[in-house]
Amino acid sequence: MTDTTQLAIVKRPLRWGRVLDHLVLILGALFMLIPLLMVLQTTTTTDLETIKNGPELVIGDQFDDNFMSAMFQASGFSGENTGIQMLINSLILGIGFALGKIAIGMMAAYALVYFRLRFATFAFWLIFTTLLLPLEVRILPSYEIAQKLGLLNTYTGLIVPLIASATATFFFRQFFRSVPEELVEAARIDGAGPVKFFIDILVPLSQTMIAAMFIIMFVFGWNQYLWPTMVTTEEGMYTLVRGIKQLTQDLEGTNIPKYGRANMLALIAILPPVLVVIFFQSWFVKGLTESDK
Amino acid sequence: MAQVSLQNIRKVYPNGYEAVVPTSFDIKDGEFVVLVGPSGCGKSTLLRMVAGLEDISEGVLSIGDRNVNHVDPADRDIAMVFQNYALYPHMTVRKNIGYGLKNRKIAASEIEAKVQVAAKMLNLTDFLERKPSQLSGGQRQRVAMGRAVVRDPALFLFDEPLSNLDAKLRHQMRIEIKALQRRLGVTSIYVTHDQVEAMTMADRIIVLNAGRIEQIGTPAEIYHRPASTFVASFMGAPPMNLLKADCSEKRVILKGNVAVTANAADGPIVLGIRPEDIEVGEACDIPFTVDIVEELGAHRLLHGQLDGQDLTIHVGKDVAVSAGPIRISINPDAVVLFDAETGLAL
Repeated sequence: MTDTTQLAIVKRPLRWGRVLDHLVLILGALFMLIPLLMVLQTTTTTDLETIKNGPELVIGDQFDDNFMSAMFQASGFSGENTGIQMLINSLILGIGFALGKIAIGMMAAYALVYFRLRFATFAFWLIFTTLLLPLEVRILPSYEIAQKLGLLNTYTGLIVPLIASATATFFFRQFFRSVPEELVEAARIDGAGPVKFFIDILVPLSQTMIAAMFIIMFVFGWNQYLWPTMVTTEEGMYTLVRGIKQLTQDLEGTNIPKYGRANMLALIAILPPVLVVIFFQSWFVKGLTESDK
Repeated sequence: MAQVSLQNIRKVYPNGYEAVVPTSFDIKDGEFVVLVGPSGCGKSTLLRMVAGLEDISEGVLSIGDRNVNHVDPADRDIAMVFQNYALYPHMTVRKNIGYGLKNRKIAASEIEAKVQVAAKMLNLTDFLERKPSQLSGGQRQRVAMGRAVVRDPALFLFDEPLSNLDAKLRHQMRIEIKALQRRLGVTSIYVTHDQVEAMTMADRIIVLNAGRIEQIGTPAEIYHRPASTFVASFMGAPPMNLLKADCSEKRVILKGNVAVTANAADGPIVLGIRPEDIEVGEACDIPFTVDIVEELGAHRLLHGQLDGQDLTIHVGKDVAVSAGPIRISINPDAVVLFDAETGLAL
């Protein structure tokens, strides 16, 4: 073999296909990143500058001020809906929503898989078809029930009506069905009753699955907009996603909209889901692909 | 420790399939009984009914002197070792072994002491903090044994515990299980489809076929006096030779005008002879052509046909044979005769 052919192997020829691949990826990345960077830029300038010049390439010095007003300054009449209060409300909603869905889904799946129920398959499909009936379809009756139970403007009212979950039930059912039968039998001989088996064996085995569900459900709950808007009327109960909307409402009046504050709030609203995904990422992949049994 | 008694135990599944026909046998205190048979013969179903994992359709099961038909598995005073070990993957070896005791509300200090004793007995002391995924197949099997031993049960149940191990390890664990059972003196029921395991481990073997008992007996009885052609062909490797022949005037005439006396009615008959009960030599009276010689080191197996029927002969390593015509003779004392129609021994 001569030197020239070896060189040809080392220096891979430029293929236009690859260039195109990268171009698509780079464009996609920019498409996702630029709005975020614009939000970031807006949080560092005064609202006056933003309305005069629009988004700029200059990084201003208003980051601290905007942060402080976003977090601690109330935007409504009551003075209760500060950023920090809304953040707490959103966290309660996100975590309560996720944990509630996991708990209910796991228990429903446990009943469906491990107990000899009449019509278990039918019950499962009944649960499964609720996927076709999202909240929006049943929002009026749901609201009426919540209202009659006196759950308006409470965390219970915010979380509980959303909890029943076909998705979580479905994933846990598939997971439980893959747990070997012998494990159940060994536990029976070891004297573990249904509750003990669930807590001692099944819950620890489902760790990765629970983590995966937690990510999906937390982000889903965090982003809820319609239901919180219906159920909470007191400003102290507002969630972040809803609060941002209120800040930009000024646009309709003659005031200068609080761009910096609203965008800062948007930034804060993005952070927790991002952190949850980063923290649980490895679990997430494991939970959905690997079976650690 | 206890004796076990099964009286007319039957298993019918809801779809009408009868997995076990009414079956009765007793197991003496401290006895090691092996249930053996091909897959689908009902041996596992029988074991699982004894364990309480499967409902008994009919019949009476007692462990000790107690009728346990409707007793929960946990309260039957049994321990079971599963084929796939069934260890709890998220628990350490220590917790795996102690879990059954913990559920029985035994004091933590006592559990620890018992786990230590069991771990020492099974050479697991160094692995107590490990998870099952960090152990080899043999070690996992020992943990499963430990989980059974630590409970100090009246009855051990083994469901094909060695079938996931490689051949060498299987041989070693076979001896370990047998030695442990001897030492503890616990009554045991062991299910396997491997006739070598059955022969080597059992005090008594129960051969099952299609949900019914073919024969109960010591390994020697099963091997030398099989009750049916099924047992004869299932037990032993290579299996017993079964030759179709005709009986007339209390004699069975084979090729070469050799006669074997048979206390049977005239008509077709099946003659069974173990490969090692056939002699090879110049002075022998039956001409035979060897087609294939299997060299196994310690001995050789000769395959060929006699009267158009397959015949296998087992010869020692010092008998030099190659493919071709030889002369053989059958040891008449070792011959077992079977009814040609029912397959039962005469």
